[in-house]
Amino acid sequence: MSAVVSALPAGRAPRLQLSSDDVVRRGLMLVIALYLVLALAAPLYVLLSKSMSTYRFDLNAFEIQRSDDSGTAFGPARTVAALNADAKAITDAELDTGSDGRLSLTKLYEDFSFRSPVKYRIRGTTNDAAFLVGSDLKRGTDWVEVDSNTFRRVVLRPGRSVGFDNFVAYFSTPSLAQAIWNSVLMGAISTVLVIAIAFGLAYALNRSRMRFKGLFRLVMTVPILVPSLLPGIALVYLFGNQGLLKGWMMGHSIYGPIGIVIGSVFFTLPHALLIISTSLSVADARHYEAAAALRASKWRTFWTVTVPGARYGVISAAFVVFTMVITDFGLPKVIGGQYNMLAVDIYKQVIGQQNFEMGAVVSVLLIIPAIAAFFVDRIIQKKQVALLSARSVPYEPKPNPGFDWGCFAYCTLIAAFILTMIGVCQLAAMVKFWPYDLTPSLKNFRFDLMDGGGWASYYNSIEMALLTAVFGTIIVFTGAYMVEKSDGFRAGRSLFQFLAMLPMAVPGMVLGLAYIFFFNNPANPLHALYGSMAILVICTITHFYTVSHLTALTALKQMDREFEPVAASLKQPFHKLFFRVTLPVCLPAILDISIYLFVNAMTTVSAVVFLYSTQTQLASVAVLNMDDAGDVAPAAAMGMMIFYTNIAARLIHAAVSRVLLSRTQVWRGR
Amino acid sequence: MKHETVTGAAAAPMHFEPQAAPKPGYLVIDQLWKVFGDFVALKGVSLDIREGEFVCFLGPSGCGKTTLLRAIAGLDLQSRGSIRQAGRDISSLPPSKRDYGIVFQSYALFPNLTIEKNIAFGLENARRPKQEIQARVAELLALVGLSEQAKKYPAQLSGGQQQRIALARAMAVSPGLLLLDEPLSALDAKVRVHLRHEIKELQRKLGVTTIMVTHDQEEALSMADRIVVMNHGVIEQIGTPTEIYRHPSTLFVADFIGETNQFPARMIRNDTVGLAGTELACASCEVAAGSDVNAVIRPVDIIPHALDGREDIKTPQNLIDVTVTEMEFLGGFWRCRLSSPRLGERVLIADFSINAVRRLGIEKGGAMRAELPQNRVLVFPKAA
Ligand SMILES: Nc1ncnc2c1ncn2[C@@H]1O[C@H](COP(=O)(O)OP(=O)(O)O)[C@@H](O)[C@H]1O
Ligand SMILES: [Mg+2]
Repeated sequence: MSAVVSALPAGRAPRLQLSSDDVVRRGLMLVIALYLVLALAAPLYVLLSKSMSTYRFDLNAFEIQRSDDSGTAFGPARTVAALNADAKAITDAELDTGSDGRLSLTKLYEDFSFRSPVKYRIRGTTNDAAFLVGSDLKRGTDWVEVDSNTFRRVVLRPGRSVGFDNFVAYFSTPSLAQAIWNSVLMGAISTVLVIAIAFGLAYALNRSRMRFKGLFRLVMTVPILVPSLLPGIALVYLFGNQGLLKGWMMGHSIYGPIGIVIGSVFFTLPHALLIISTSLSVADARHYEAAAALRASKWRTFWTVTVPGARYGVISAAFVVFTMVITDFGLPKVIGGQYNMLAVDIYKQVIGQQNFEMGAVVSVLLIIPAIAAFFVDRIIQKKQVALLSARSVPYEPKPNPGFDWGCFAYCTLIAAFILTMIGVCQLAAMVKFWPYDLTPSLKNFRFDLMDGGGWASYYNSIEMALLTAVFGTIIVFTGAYMVEKSDGFRAGRSLFQFLAMLPMAVPGMVLGLAYIFFFNNPANPLHALYGSMAILVICTITHFYTVSHLTALTALKQMDREFEPVAASLKQPFHKLFFRVTLPVCLPAILDISIYLFVNAMTTVSAVVFLYSTQTQLASVAVLNMDDAGDVAPAAAMGMMIFYTNIAARLIHAAVSRVLLSRTQVWRGR
Repeated sequence: MKHETVTGAAAAPMHFEPQAAPKPGYLVIDQLWKVFGDFVALKGVSLDIREGEFVCFLGPSGCGKTTLLRAIAGLDLQSRGSIRQAGRDISSLPPSKRDYGIVFQSYALFPNLTIEKNIAFGLENARRPKQEIQARVAELLALVGLSEQAKKYPAQLSGGQQQRIALARAMAVSPGLLLLDEPLSALDAKVRVHLRHEIKELQRKLGVTTIMVTHDQEEALSMADRIVVMNHGVIEQIGTPTEIYRHPSTLFVADFIGETNQFPARMIRNDTVGLAGTELACASCEVAAGSDVNAVIRPVDIIPHALDGREDIKTPQNLIDVTVTEMEFLGGFWRCRLSSPRLGERVLIADFSINAVRRLGIEKGGAMRAELPQNRVLVFPKAA
C-alpha cells in the first residue's frame, strides 16, 4: 500500500474547507453521538466497572500515632494492621465491604474515651489510602492530627480492586448459578416451541390460499401491544390456584417453568412470525417448479426447498426469541414462582438486597447471549440480502382445499390461544371477583384505591410514551440522517453507527441498572435527572434506539444519494433540502418510528422498573406492583388500559398516516 | 435529419482552433491525483478548458472520468493537485462555494416537488421576488420545451423529459460551468440521439462552459468541441473529434475510438513498416527502425479496387490482392473479412459502401485488390 501511495507526488493533500452546512451537520451528529455516549456508553461502562470492582479495607495502608495524656508526646507510628494484630478488634469478614464501606477505628483501643485529652495522628502509607474525618475526605501520607472526640468520627475507606472476584462469588453461590441454568433451559424450550409454531403460521400465511389472512396477521400482532406481564396474569387466572382450568394442569403448578414457557410463547410469537414470514415470502418460485418437474413429493419439496430457503430466518428468529425470553423480567416475575431466572435475579439483588455489585454481575452475564445473538443476526442478515438480490420470481401458491382448510384450522387455533389470553384479562378486569362473582363492574379500574400509583401512573405512561415518540423520532431520524447523508468524517460516522447498534444487544434490565449506577451518583452533573420523567424518556428512547435507527436508515438509503450534491451546487442550505424533500419523502418511515416508540414505551417494564420515582410511576410498572401486592384483577385492568391505549394509538397512527400521506405523497402514484 | 446534427457538431470544432479560442484557461486542472485507499484513480491529470467550450471526458468504465468530474465539483476532493476556475483557486472549496450546475445520471429530481418547484429550488433564497422566480422558471421550461408539464411530478414524466428538467434546474442559477455525468446513459437509444442534439443546442444557445462524462464514443464525437480521452486514470489524448479520430496519438485511443485492424509489425524505415509477409508504407513517425510496433488501419479507410486494375489508382502503394472470406451486411455498409498470403494468418476487416460493392462486384469467395492508403496506416510503438 505504501508503495502505491508513494507513487503520489510529494506535497500535502488539500483539505476541504468546511462549509457552514458541514459545520452544522457535524455539530448535530456530535450532539446526538454525545447523547448516545451519555445515555448508553457511559452507563454501560460504569456498570461493567462495577461488576469488576471489589472493595476491601487494607489495614496496612494506614498508620496511627497516639500521644500520651499530655497530648504532646506521640508514640511510635504503627500500622492499623499491627494495632489490630494486638487488639483483634476487627475480624477478617468485616474487611470485605462495598463501595460505600466505612470502618471506625476506636475499637482498636480498649481504653478509648472520647473525653480523654489523648490525641491521635493518622495518615495513609500510600497516596491512595483514604479516610474520612467527619465528612472531610483525606487522602495521602500527610499526618492528620485529631483529638479524642474527633477520633470517634474518623473512618477508613476501602480500597478498590479490579478483578473477577464478584463473578467467582456469584458462581460459587449454588442458588444464583442455578438461575443461569434455569434461564437457558426456559429460553431453549420456549425457542423450540415458538419457532415451530411461528413456522407453521408463516407457512400457512405465505403458502396457502386460506381465507382471512389479513385478520390472522392482525391478531398475531396483538401480543406486541401488551406488557409481557399480561400473559402471566392471564395464566394465573386460567390455571392458577383459583384457575378456571386448573384441572388441565393435572396437579402441576402453573407457577414456574410451565407458566414461563407458555407466557414466553405468547409474547415472542409476533417477533418470530415476522422474521420467518419475511424469509418465507422471498421464496423463489423457480425452485418449486424445478421440484415439481422432478416429481418430488410434497414432503420432500418441503424439506429440500422450503426449509433450507427459510433457514436464515429461522436461525435469526431463534436468537431473537431466546434473547427475549432470558432477558424478560415481567413474565417470570408474575408467573415464575420460586423458579429463579437471571432477569428476576437482577431485580432481587438490586431492589431486594441492595447488592448492586452482584446485580451488575448478573447484568454482564445477561449481555453475553444478547451480544452473541446480535452478531449472529448481523451475519445472517448479510446472507439473506445475498439470497434476495439473486433475481427471484415470487412464489404464487395454488389453491388446494384440503391444505388450505388445514392451515385455516391451525391459524384459528393459535389465534384462539392469543385471544383467550387477552380475553381472560379483559373479563377478569370487568367483573367483581373472578371467578366467583361475575357481575360486571368497573371497580377494578379504581386504581387510585390501590398501590402502584393509581390513575396518575397511567397518565404518566401516556406522557412518557408521547415524549418518547416525539423526541425519540427527532433524535433517531436526525442521527440517521447525519450518518447517512454527510460525507467525510469517516471515523466519527462509524463510531456513531456502532453506538446506534449497541442498544439492540443490551437487555432492558441491564440498561436500567446501568442508569442507576451512572445517574444516581451525586458526583455526576446529570444527577438531577435521576427520578425525573426525563430519565425515563431517555432510557426508553435508548432502549429502542436500534430498530428505529435501522428503519430510518432504510428509508434514507432509498433516497437518491445525489440530492445533497445537487442542493449544494444550487447553493441551497442542507436544512432546506431536509425540510422540503427528505422529511416529506421519509414521512411514512417517520410515522412508523414514532408508533413503534410509543407502543414500546407503553409496555416496557424492564428498564424503567429501576428508574421510576413516586412522581413518575408508570402503568406497566403499576401492573407489576399491583400484581405483587395481590391486586391481580386491577393489574389485569391496568394491563388492558395499556392495550386499549395502544390500539387507539395504532388507529390514530393509521388515520394520520392516511391523511398525511394522501396529502404529501401524491407524487408516488403515476 | 439526425445526420445533419452530427455533421453540424463535427464541424463545430473549427471555431475552436487554438488561436481563435475566446478565453483560454477558464478551468485549469493541474497535476490532479486521486487515491482511494491504495487504488490510484487519477494519476497526474492536467487539463485546460476554455470558456464556452463543450468538453467530453471519454473512456472505458472505471477509467476515472466520474472521479475527475467529482473533483471539479468538490464532491470528492483530490489527493494532490489544484483546480482553478475563472482565475480563482477552487482546489479546496466546498461544493456550495464553487460555481457550477450538475446533472447526474439518475437526474436526482426531488420526487415530492412538482417540475416547477424543482426548477425553482435553486432560485428561492436570495430574497428574490416571487414574480421574478416564476418568470425565470417559465423561461427555463420553455427553453427545454416542457411548459405544459409544470404542475406534474417527476414520476409522471418520461426519462427524457426528466433529464431535461434536471438540465433546466441546473441552469436556473446561471452557473459558469455545467457538469453532466453520463446524462444520457439511462435513456433508450432513440431518445438518446434526439437529446444529444438538444443538449448541444442548449449549450450553444447559453454559451455555458460544459463538461460531459460519457463512455459512448459516438456521443462524444457528435457533441464535443474537444474530447479528453482517458484510460486508467491518465489522459491519453486531448483534441477535437476529428483530430482524435484521424490522428490518435496512442494505440489505446485508436482502438477505443472507431474500429481498427491491428497487426504486430516491425519498423523498417521511418515511413515503412514490415508485416508478417509484406512491407507497407506508413505515415512517417519517429519510431526507431527495427523496433516492434503495432500497425493499425481502420476498416473504413481501406479502399477497394477491382483485380484487373481498370480503376485508376493515383499512388500505387500498399496494394494487396485479397480473397473475400466473409461478408456481413450491416445496414449502411458491408463488413468484409479479407485474407491474403501476404497477411499470414491474420484477416483484414474492411467496411465497403454498398455502392462500391455493387460497382466492383465484390462477393463472398471472390478476389479483389485492397488499398491501404499510406497516411491511414498508423504505427504505434509496442507498449513496454
Ligand atoms: N469512493 C470510492 N472508493 C473506492 N474506489 C472508488 C471510489 N470511487 C471510484 N472508485 C474507483 O475508481 C475508479 C474510477 O472510478 P470512476 O471515476 O467512477 O470511473 P468512471 O470512469 O467509470 O466514471 C474505479 O475503478 C472505481 O472502482
Ligand atoms: Mg462514471
